[in-house]
Amino acid sequence: MDLLIEGMREAIEMLISGDPEIFEITWLTLKVSLSAILISTLIGIPIGVILGLTAFRGRRLLLVLVNIGMGLPPVVAGLWITMLLWRSGPLGSLSLLYSPFAIVMAQVLVSLPIVIGLTCSAFQQIDKNMLIQIKSLGATRFQTVSLLLRETRIAIMAAIMAGFGRVIAEVGAAMMVGGNIRGETRILTTSIVMEVSKGNFDVALALSFILMSLAFIITFFLTILQQRNKKQ
Amino acid sequence: MKPLIHLDHIQYTSKERTILSVPELSIFHGEILGVMGPNGAGKSTLVKILSCLQAPTSGKIFYNGVEVPAGNVSLEQRRKWAVVLQQTLIFDTTVFQNVAAGLKIRKVPKAMIKEKVEYWLEKFGISHLAKKNAHQLSGGEAQRVNLARALILEPEVLYLDEPFSALDYPTKVRLIRDFSSILKETSTTTVFVSHDISEVKFLTDRLAILKLGEIIQLGFTAEVLQTPHHEAASFLNEMTLNLE
Repeated sequence: MDLLIEGMREAIEMLISGDPEIFEITWLTLKVSLSAILISTLIGIPIGVILGLTAFRGRRLLLVLVNIGMGLPPVVAGLWITMLLWRSGPLGSLSLLYSPFAIVMAQVLVSLPIVIGLTCSAFQQIDKNMLIQIKSLGATRFQTVSLLLRETRIAIMAAIMAGFGRVIAEVGAAMMVGGNIRGETRILTTSIVMEVSKGNFDVALALSFILMSLAFIITFFLTILQQRNKKQ
Repeated sequence: MKPLIHLDHIQYTSKERTILSVPELSIFHGEILGVMGPNGAGKSTLVKILSCLQAPTSGKIFYNGVEVPAGNVSLEQRRKWAVVLQQTLIFDTTVFQNVAAGLKIRKVPKAMIKEKVEYWLEKFGISHLAKKNAHQLSGGEAQRVNLARALILEPEVLYLDEPFSALDYPTKVRLIRDFSSILKETSTTTVFVSHDISEVKFLTDRLAILKLGEIIQLGFTAEVLQTPHHEAASFLNEMTLNLE
């Protein structure tokens, strides 16, 4: 209990004192996580819509891959990205390993299948007659998808929130591809792991409160957006 | 008289089974054609093929004397028709936005949308529900929204696939009365699929009886109901017994 109280006190003190390092870590966590979920959303929703609405050869295989990807261990994602960005790897010349960009790549890799999979299942559940009804109203293909996105907005927002949950909690891949370099790639999750390994439980606890507050605030706003115009 | 819509040797088969086979069918300007038949007779398929929401396996569809490429109908052509399905498929938004949906799709100016939606909400007696979420409506109210959403488009042809089947009797009677006067006022060519003899008697000018995908009788509604052919008679008798 003392440890908890001490951790909370430490967190408040850290925030009040305006410790620049903490702000830097928090800001980087926010930038990296939001970039990753934005990219996953922009890529994942169109792919999920296509998988959910159309029939083509190889669709089932793709769905299996997406579903496997939903449970992809972050360390595996980290390993793949590391190999890709390694000096002698295919993208080694870009020198992106141990940069925030590498963390974003790893986080996209773990959250993208979630956004695709949940968007796809939301679209698969749409009543076929709804499609006919929208078509009969004279909608173009683009207008049809827009109307369906509006109809499935709650499930789509849930997909984004689930993806964000994965991203903000991710540590293994971020550690591997980012290297937890102070002032460069240190984010809240990797800092917590480091502080625990150093035995600084109070600092780790303080950082965890900041991380949870961040997750809470973002999820809160996403939920408000999801439930907008929904009276029940 | 030249028909507005003409079907020429339309066939629709699925898994080697003939779902619909109509050698010829003409629908004329301003008429209300009723379509009745037992379950699986092909009524909904006929509506989907007429409205080009489904392509026939073979045959031709003529609209105003011009052949319509059924599998690849143009958007402009599609926007001349409106379809109301049996299920009340309304969007998860306000009644106003639901009724406005087709006009928004057509990019009608906002002021005109407002004027038209208010007019049609009034016509269907649902003005007081304008701001309500359509998913919170009763069956009768939702079906009024569905019909208003179709009629606001001022379609040249209106296709209705058992739009009143899910409603309770008093609601159905009220809605059919209102709807009948609107159809008379607008002279909209209508194809009306129903299971209910009283609905058909009240609303339609001509009646086609479908059985196993074929039209077994077609004529003026009163005539068909009074002097049905042998097969049509057995179906209509069953329907009457059901009512009793």
